Amino acid sequence: MATDIAVDCKNLTKVYDTGGDKVVALGGIDLQIRLGELMMLVGPSGCGKTTLISVIAGILNQDAGTCEIFGQNLLTMQHREKLKFRAANIGFVFQAYNLLPSLTAAENVSIPLILNGIKRKEAEKRGAEILEKVGLGSRTRSLPSQLSGGQQQRVAIARALVHNPKLIVCDEPTSALDHETGHHVMQLLKEVALHKDRALVIVTHDARIFGFADRIAKMDDGRIDSVVDAK
Amino acid sequence: MNHIALKMLMGDRGKYLGIIMGLTFASLIMTQQPAIFVGILSRTSSFILDVGYPDIWVMDEKVQFVDDVKPLQDTELYRVRGVAGVQWAMPLYKGMLKARLSNGTFQTCNVIGLDDATLIGGPPMMLTGKLEDLRRSDGVIVDIDGATGKLAKPALEKDGKPIPLKIGDTLELNDKRAIVVGIAKTTKTFQSQPVIYTTYSRAVGFAPRERKLLTFVIVKAKAGENLHALTKRIKETTGLAAYTQEEFIELTVTYFLKNTGIPINFGISVLLGFLVGAAIAGQTFYNFTLENLRQFAVLKAMGASNGTLLRMILLQAVLVGSVGYGMGVGLTALFGYSMRNTILAFKFPWQLLVFSGVGVTLICMFAALLSIIKVIRLEPAIVFKG
Ligand SMILES: Nc1ncnc2c1ncn2[C@@H]1O[C@H](COP(=O)(O)OP(=O)(O)OP(=O)(O)O)[C@@H](O)[C@H]1O
Ligand SMILES: [Mg+2]
Repeated sequence: MATDIAVDCKNLTKVYDTGGDKVVALGGIDLQIRLGELMMLVGPSGCGKTTLISVIAGILNQDAGTCEIFGQNLLTMQHREKLKFRAANIGFVFQAYNLLPSLTAAENVSIPLILNGIKRKEAEKRGAEILEKVGLGSRTRSLPSQLSGGQQQRVAIARALVHNPKLIVCDEPTSALDHETGHHVMQLLKEVALHKDRALVIVTHDARIFGFADRIAKMDDGRIDSVVDAK
Repeated sequence: MNHIALKMLMGDRGKYLGIIMGLTFASLIMTQQPAIFVGILSRTSSFILDVGYPDIWVMDEKVQFVDDVKPLQDTELYRVRGVAGVQWAMPLYKGMLKARLSNGTFQTCNVIGLDDATLIGGPPMMLTGKLEDLRRSDGVIVDIDGATGKLAKPALEKDGKPIPLKIGDTLELNDKRAIVVGIAKTTKTFQSQPVIYTTYSRAVGFAPRERKLLTFVIVKAKAGENLHALTKRIKETTGLAAYTQEEFIELTVTYFLKNTGIPINFGISVLLGFLVGAAIAGQTFYNFTLENLRQFAVLKAMGASNGTLLRMILLQAVLVGSVGYGMGVGLTALFGYSMRNTILAFKFPWQLLVFSGVGVTLICMFAALLSIIKVIRLEPAIVFKG
């Protein structure tokens, strides 16, 4: 296996069974994501993008097919091992930021480190350092409610980065932001989050940010239609 | 993750206070109601403790509790004195007699007659006058609550305060004159009638003429005497009932427990306090968890184990539990303190702390359990849902 492959999905299938109606969210996905690349997942609403990154991030089990993350098959992993793997290797960015409202920016950012066994003080110190990198060095003690949407998303990016994960998954990171702010957030993801030992998967509807992608995978109805080089 | 759990909890001020209030309420009810219960129960036998001295109480076999007067013949006193191991045995009269007040109304009083020579069994504390003054003719000692309350003389002017009985005042007990020679402090009894102490012979003189008038024979054992052996011996030789002080208290308390609505009434209060507290606190705590479900899901997605989340919820429960418990117990103590000079019965032994502590713990465990089940079943994949 080539070592520059971050994610390798083969014939991934996921069917939601909601009491009678069966929804095929993933109907046999083959997709490879390389280290050092920013892969965008695009497609119409309901085509399965969120489902796919949930499987890739190891928070949802597929029904069939395999998905290897850095050569590891999360499906067959022990529950504990899987948690550890997720804590160490995956960073999350959400559309709705999902910051803990009663924690300061630095405390929010420190959580992944604490979950990886780093002491609180050290974790918050490193959290503040990363906040500096995303341009929020002066807001480490602010609560999410005291920050703008764009600032909150930057805190969320800092949280996704702080433990130096090898894969960052983002679901619609710019949809809640205006164009300009979204642009800044993408710049940040591309310039600060992306480097040669890390892959980024970004789900988006927002055509205006397609330009940040290295490759774009177009999905429709639970399948990958095409993967195109964006450069 | 502990500090995160605490911040999560306290970040939601409204819910946090709601949970605390529910637990405070439960803890208050579960401490204060039993404290009153214990207070009332202990009053039932406070006369026994006030008499203090004797080791053994001898009475009619059929007596069920301390206020259940079933008199003996005077000659029983001498039979008890004859039992081996008895240091001394004294008569004690206890009966309800009607006192006529100066305004013409009647008040039932608890009249205690003490052995004329020794005055053993007198009030625990004299406020004015001396116990020996009972030897003066027609002398009686009145308890302070009676003297300032039910036996007080009506006010001179309208709406004025009643005038407390004082030394030198007279009353009529069954049409016989009595002169107040002292005011005493006694422990409040269950019946809360005025208590009047006098000598045995005078008490018997006040009482309506009956063949039997001796209520109790109180006994002091010789030094080193085994009390249980002695009570047994008294029973065997006299055919009367004999109890040690503790046994007599137990007999009295048991009677009230078995034959009155007191335990069931307080039991219902405590149960309601528990249920209402559990409902408020449990519900609010569960709601708090539900509202934070997304936060828990984010933590789960980021790799927090169920064990970690469980500990966070338990810590939250322990915190609200301790604060609520502390406040409830504190309020109970405050309540008891502010009521210390009133008629209210209130007693706060340490066992009550354990009792309400267990109650609050149960509520918190119940609240935490609901939340824990919810969080353990939580799918981390919901984090991407809008
Ligand atoms: N938990 C679930 N239970 C049942 N059906 C689900 C569940 N999650 C998703 N689905 C269905 O699976 C399909 C794919 O959903 P998914 O959320 O992956 O789409 P998406 O591409 O992310 O859409 P959007 O762009 O609107 O976010 C949809 O038809 C959706 O209704
Ligand atoms: Mg989606």
